[in-house]
Amino acid sequence: MTIATSAHPAAGQSGGKTQIKPYTMNFGPQHPAAHGVLRLVMELNGEVVERCDPHIGLLHRGTEKLIEYKTYLQAVPYFDRLDYVSPMCMEHAYVLGIENLLQIKAPLRAQYIRVLFSEITRILNHILSITTGALDVGAITPALWGFEEREILMEFYERVCGARLHANYFRPGGVAWDLPAGLTDDIWEFTERFPKFVDDIDNLLTNNRIFKQRTVDIGVVTKEEAFNWGFTGPMLRGSGVAWDLRKSQPYEVYDRMDFDVPVGLTGDCWARYLVRMEEMRQSNRMIRQCLKELPDGPVRAEERKVSPPPRGEMKRSMEALIHHFKLFTEGFHVPAGETYTAIEAPKGEFGVYLVSDGTNKPYRCKIRAPGFAHLQGLDFMSKGHMLADAVANIASMDIVFGEIDR
Amino acid sequence: MSEQALKELGDHIAATLGDDVLKVELKLGELMVTVRRPSLIKSLTFLRDDPTCSFEQLLDVTAVDWPEREERFEVVYILLSYKHNRRLRVKVTTDEDTPVASAVPVYNAAGWFERETWDMFGIFFSDHPDLRRILTDYGFEGHPLRKDFPMTGYVECRYDEDQKRVVYEPVRLTQDFRSFDFLSPWEGMTNVMLPGDEKAQAPDTGSKP
Repeated sequence: MTIATSAHPAAGQSGGKTQIKPYTMNFGPQHPAAHGVLRLVMELNGEVVERCDPHIGLLHRGTEKLIEYKTYLQAVPYFDRLDYVSPMCMEHAYVLGIENLLQIKAPLRAQYIRVLFSEITRILNHILSITTGALDVGAITPALWGFEEREILMEFYERVCGARLHANYFRPGGVAWDLPAGLTDDIWEFTERFPKFVDDIDNLLTNNRIFKQRTVDIGVVTKEEAFNWGFTGPMLRGSGVAWDLRKSQPYEVYDRMDFDVPVGLTGDCWARYLVRMEEMRQSNRMIRQCLKELPDGPVRAEERKVSPPPRGEMKRSMEALIHHFKLFTEGFHVPAGETYTAIEAPKGEFGVYLVSDGTNKPYRCKIRAPGFAHLQGLDFMSKGHMLADAVANIASMDIVFGEIDR
Repeated sequence: MSEQALKELGDHIAATLGDDVLKVELKLGELMVTVRRPSLIKSLTFLRDDPTCSFEQLLDVTAVDWPEREERFEVVYILLSYKHNRRLRVKVTTDEDTPVASAVPVYNAAGWFERETWDMFGIFFSDHPDLRRILTDYGFEGHPLRKDFPMTGYVECRYDEDQKRVVYEPVRLTQDFRSFDFLSPWEGMTNVMLPGDEKAQAPDTGSKP
């Protein structure tokens, strides 16, 4: 590239014009717009990105190796720590995988509770994604408003499982406990005023001139590219593919849920933002439907080899006591086999490839994180864009390093 | 995704690819195809382009380590067809020294997935454009997800106050790593007669009090 200015640090004189060499810039790993510990090695030509090589693994904790040394039940909390913005969805994929291998099903009430909390989790995730994405391109108010709503949702988490973030609530064959008294009323109250919050964010961002300048036509992904690079979730729907695992391969009670799948038309950052906005509204709708239809009944499968007996029974029945003891020391044995179970996590298709050799520990547990495939596409999405647009791309991918580095 | 449709798909793949397919399995409602290693790229290209298969997306590449087998690694490709709403797993086997052809020419997404498999298992992918380690530390040695790699690893790092830098040292555990064997021998001893067992099977002689 030749420009007419003279003195530039990386310049060599050539006939009155200045030759600028592409230079390599290190971005992160400690950078607020890197959404965690992303290190990017970028080759820049002026301010234009020519190549972008993400260095990941700075948060690698060896989750898959650790899971191989834990019983099936002990491995559940590791899933909260993968995508720490949407913990219960990660657990959901894992417990569904185990249930598939064991060939058991959770009771209906537990399935409704799981869907209810999966959708609460989706809202939690999308609020964070949208508002911090807006923060990256210069808007601070959405983040301030959004985190207040997130806190309310995390209180629901806390009331149901005792922890704001690392829930450890789903279990193979159901959920850990039933909902505490009064929680459904409070969630209902929340869903009544939540659409107002989405409208507020909508007013702040959707037609905001600066926001649109930073997102429209940035990081365009065509349908073919999205397929080829393994994109899923809002990244795929933003590119015009009407695909949602909750609709196309429904698990739990999603086939009873009444919801629409938003699809973007342009495949740019703005389309993905719009998809996420609409998904929050649809999630709100599903939460309301779950609360309306929530049936009575048990929340754990009545299968003593998998789920522990109730406290009261243990006081009277020797067999219940033995089951409890065996379950929390040895754990349950899973028949040999393998399964790939995927759910529609807020970020895309989150899959767990579980291989069992018939013992009480998973032989292999491969976690398919949607963000891993998305981040791989950062190079082609950012090529030819300005440096600041790479940040907008990262934000629109909804990167969380817990799941990428595992 | 009925079982019947998947079975027909399995038959179609086996019939078209012929000798390249070693095994077609349908377990737990999931279809798995084991292909010969040299024909992996041919098979993946066929699975992507054939209108009956049309697996447009490669969702993941991973491996499973079975050290007691002759070819210890099983490389697994997880595919998804949007057109037919089906999933498929393609498998090839390999060992530490034999490379597997890279799937990058067929699916771009394979790039990082194969880098991860190389990093974690040490399976070499030939003709991969950029086969570097991806998840482990810079300068890491070994392949952590192999079954013979200890869970605690070999080195640990800490900040050294004297040298003012991070130093790597061999792992020192204050307590030995405890691995409990939960495979109870009692469950396998169904045919053993312990003293007193004969009473349970004693024929009813009718001498009730």
